[in-house]
Amino acid sequence: MTAMPDQPATPPVPPPGSTAPGTAPAADAPTATAAAAAQPLVKVEGLVKYFPVLGGVLRRKVGDVKALDGVTFDIQRGEILGVVGESGCGKTTLGRTMLYLQQPTAGRVVLEGEDLSKISSGALRRRRSKMQIIFQDPYSSLNPRMPVYDIIGEGLQAQGVKDHATRTKQIEDSLEAVGLRRDYTRRYPHEFSGGQRQRIGIARALALNPAFIVCDEAVSALDVSIQSQILNLLSDLRQEHGFTYLFIAHNLSVIHYISDRVAVMYLGRVVELAGVDDLYERPRHPYTVALMSAVPEVDARLRRKRIILKGDVPSPVNPPSGCHFHPRCWLWERLGKPEICTTADPTLTSTGPAHLAACHFADRMAEQPEVMLRDTAAAAGGGNGASVAAAVSSTASGGAAPEPTPSAAPASTPSAAPASTTTEAPSADGTGTGSPAA
Amino acid sequence: MTSRDDPAPPGSTVFVTGQGTMPVDIAAPADVAAADVEVALESLGQWQLAWRRFKRHRMALFGLAFLAFAVLVAIIGPIVWPYDPLIIPGVSGTNPGGDSPSLAHLMGTDNNGRDVLQMVVNGARISMTIGITSMLIAGFVGITVGTLAGYFGGWVDNVLMRVVDTFFAIPLLFVILVAAAFFGEGKVISLVLIFGLLSWPLIARLIRAQFLSLREVDFVEAARAVGVSDLRIAFRDILPNAIGPIIVAMTLIMANNIILEAFVSYLNFGISADQISWGNALAQSQNYLVFGNWWWAFFPGIAIALTVIAINFIGDGLRDALDPRTRL
Amino acid sequence: MTVQEATVPEGQFEEVHSPGVPPPPDVLLEVRNLRTHFHVMDGTVPAVDGVSFSVRRGETLGVVGESGCGKSVTALTIMRLLEIPPAEIVAGEIWFDGREILSLPEDQMRRLRGSAMSMIFQEPMTSLNPVLTVGEQIAEAVIIHRKASHKEAEARALEMLKAVGIPAPERRLRQYPHELSGGMRQRVMIALALSCDPKLLVADEPTTALDVTIQAQILDLIARLQRDTGASLLLITHDLGVVAEVVQRVVVMYAGKVVEQGSVKEILESPKHPYTKGLLASIPSRGKRGDRLNVIKGTVPNPFRMPVGCRFNPRCPYAFEPCAGHEPPLDQTGPDRAVACWLYTKPPVGAEHQASQRAKADADGSAA
Repeated sequence: MTAMPDQPATPPVPPPGSTAPGTAPAADAPTATAAAAAQPLVKVEGLVKYFPVLGGVLRRKVGDVKALDGVTFDIQRGEILGVVGESGCGKTTLGRTMLYLQQPTAGRVVLEGEDLSKISSGALRRRRSKMQIIFQDPYSSLNPRMPVYDIIGEGLQAQGVKDHATRTKQIEDSLEAVGLRRDYTRRYPHEFSGGQRQRIGIARALALNPAFIVCDEAVSALDVSIQSQILNLLSDLRQEHGFTYLFIAHNLSVIHYISDRVAVMYLGRVVELAGVDDLYERPRHPYTVALMSAVPEVDARLRRKRIILKGDVPSPVNPPSGCHFHPRCWLWERLGKPEICTTADPTLTSTGPAHLAACHFADRMAEQPEVMLRDTAAAAGGGNGASVAAAVSSTASGGAAPEPTPSAAPASTPSAAPASTTTEAPSADGTGTGSPAA
Repeated sequence: MTSRDDPAPPGSTVFVTGQGTMPVDIAAPADVAAADVEVALESLGQWQLAWRRFKRHRMALFGLAFLAFAVLVAIIGPIVWPYDPLIIPGVSGTNPGGDSPSLAHLMGTDNNGRDVLQMVVNGARISMTIGITSMLIAGFVGITVGTLAGYFGGWVDNVLMRVVDTFFAIPLLFVILVAAAFFGEGKVISLVLIFGLLSWPLIARLIRAQFLSLREVDFVEAARAVGVSDLRIAFRDILPNAIGPIIVAMTLIMANNIILEAFVSYLNFGISADQISWGNALAQSQNYLVFGNWWWAFFPGIAIALTVIAINFIGDGLRDALDPRTRL
Repeated sequence: MTVQEATVPEGQFEEVHSPGVPPPPDVLLEVRNLRTHFHVMDGTVPAVDGVSFSVRRGETLGVVGESGCGKSVTALTIMRLLEIPPAEIVAGEIWFDGREILSLPEDQMRRLRGSAMSMIFQEPMTSLNPVLTVGEQIAEAVIIHRKASHKEAEARALEMLKAVGIPAPERRLRQYPHELSGGMRQRVMIALALSCDPKLLVADEPTTALDVTIQAQILDLIARLQRDTGASLLLITHDLGVVAEVVQRVVVMYAGKVVEQGSVKEILESPKHPYTKGLLASIPSRGKRGDRLNVIKGTVPNPFRMPVGCRFNPRCPYAFEPCAGHEPPLDQTGPDRAVACWLYTKPPVGAEHQASQRAKADADGSAA
């Protein structure tokens, strides 16, 4: 293996313009070479990951945490796929399982045409140079007893860069690439600030010259000003090396800023998958809408009518019947609680060009005022224009979301989850926007 | 937007976005690195930091000084001290239990006129030898077993940990006494082996617990993600992080084994009477305490107590010093 | 350089009254020139270094800043919950409800804490007692502060759990904190904090540990309860989005100092201080896609080596002559608006560049 900067990233492809609004995955392909266009860099097929739940005196298996429950998607070369969802939705498990840091229970991951479930553990270890991960917590992700040299060099050594001088050069090059000084190699993690540590974590991934990087909440633990430095760094690195990212985050603003396409996850499943602008402007799943509306926006023009979801995310050990989201779903209530939502599990189906959603009533979303921004004049600045009338209607229909009836949610849950707080609606929650400042 | 006659601040450029002019740092990496330099703390190694934290413990420092002194005495004391323990000069005074402390014998003598200070010095050699070597044996066996159990998990873990449980379940003191009586032959080396081979389970259990929690930590996951082999992860990534509590436990084992030696020797199962340890000095003195020769029992006894206290203080200091969460 | 300390007195912000004089009755809490330092092995950390602000009755004040800016220490100092030492309250006054509370003896302060002023923490699990049921904890507070009987206290606990929207409150009353989800625990924390009708609620990052949909529930709840009870709220957060949606006035802190304060609208729409501007521009959001994010270069200063002069000057794109040598006072620039920056205050020396620098800063600021 040669030094990183000498060897350009495997795809000699200029990364597809992340700047073009509404870039659909299909639009990326023509810029790639014919071979690359033929196959996506990463294919995830029916990925399932269950964790056993042990209980009782004998520690027998009493159930499964269905952390990932059949996830399928592709990632094109040079693309950033954002994955968003609340804690417990399986997004972290998705990242770890895609890298085979955890064995999937079922399904497979194909990286550059190679089925990772079929190769030996030794071959998998060698393949790890192609796929890397950047962690959330810059404190726990660096070994406190190792100097930077070993933290970054460990992987190089494992991947067969035995020559000391070559290794040193590669370590220093990757430090420089992330904006740190080359002579930091002898220092220990505790000597660095959070932002610097995160850079070291990125350098560790970078040093192996991977094609695919999972960013697992890579900027979530950082302060805003440091977060923007790291986001810029990740964008730059992608430009320079043509990296492909799976960008996991719970922060929708970050996801919106960096992703080309976004997968919204809920209880181990992808409930919506679409190009980023398409998703933000025309969300087709009620959960996506609620999630976006819950984000406190600094810019008043970007606020949506707030939808306050009832209760917590149900336990993934015992997800609700039918559509997993239905006990918290505002659309379900508005539509008069159709039975199909409690009985049939919606599949991820196409609802428009390159736009998938798993909702029985995805076609009814367009008519919901919640989908719109409160002030659509601002939306025109960011992307496609929308009518001002929509903004008016959204405010006019305030309080349209019916008060949750306490009996509804628990009745539809087949059995009480162990966590015992799940799926029940805090009935006191109103539907107001709750914003004295607005 | 406005007339801007000022040059833009270094390292930044200005370009127009939908929201107006905004300074945007394009030379981010270089700039950030430059600014970062001041922020980084002065470069101190892990052990230097640990030493700084250790130094804050006054009692631990005292303990360390005392132990260093004791070890020094154990090494060179018997060489420079003029009395040979095997020469029996006889009592010079009237007390048949021995001479009371005087200038010639700072800690008095025993019933045979042997110098008690000399016994304490010689005893230090035996106690230190037993304490340190049995600690090292326990550490070696314990770390190996604990690492194997924690790293392999599954049935290996199950078998090894049941063995450890067995050690905790049997009355250890009884086993030690029996073992010392049957295999001890009054030799130092036998006691070292007996103590060492019986005190490792604590360390094994600690190490395994550390492994179980560290196995899930991000930096271990990161090492796996870059393709580091499992064995290397166990010894290069996990073990150095698990070592802090182990070192603390080892100091406690050392103190404990010094007491055990004294105890076993006191019961005449330990070091044979022709050698002098603190324990058999105490054992021999008890028959003569009726003569009021307190010094014969007092000085070896106080030597044991001080040494054990000193080691415990060191253990306390190490506990804080080796915990990376302790901030300066 | 040598005499600037004498020439520039600190705490010029008009709202802050002279020492020893109580604030007007409509001000519930007034913090004056507060300095809280930490004495640690390597020296002294000036975590809070001359902070002044006030909270009116029924008002919501947000204190924003990044980690290490001293916002949480300020909150803990107000609650007198700091461990002394290593902390030391070096100087300052805190007036609460007409009384100076820094000089109150601990037993009086204890009576105040939990009744007239109470606090919500970021991680409810660590601030709830794991071996007491939820009901017992709320009842205990009510018994201590209101001298209520057990029965009354339990009724109050039930009432509070209902008020914070916990389903099946009768059952929850008998549950332990670990049996609740994060959002439910934070609701319990809020119920506990409000159980004795406090006049001031201090919330330190109350939603940071929560998911966004749960955060929306909790923010909504806090806003509603505050409206209902008329309590004042001091909200400490790093999230400008939360600030935008919840508070009325904002105090921006950087490296232990207040750098800017004003109404939420003014701060977010026309920030003056370069740090506030940088912070706002750093937020990734819609409309910035494809552009590089604004970056405040460098990192927060090492607390042992605070920059001389304005603490932001090494990172400030507008820094000019006086910034590196002279500390800017928090000067009032409008009604209820103050900023600590030499761009807006006549500097003691080297004023010649001020006009042009300011024109540039204004151009950036007005657009943001």
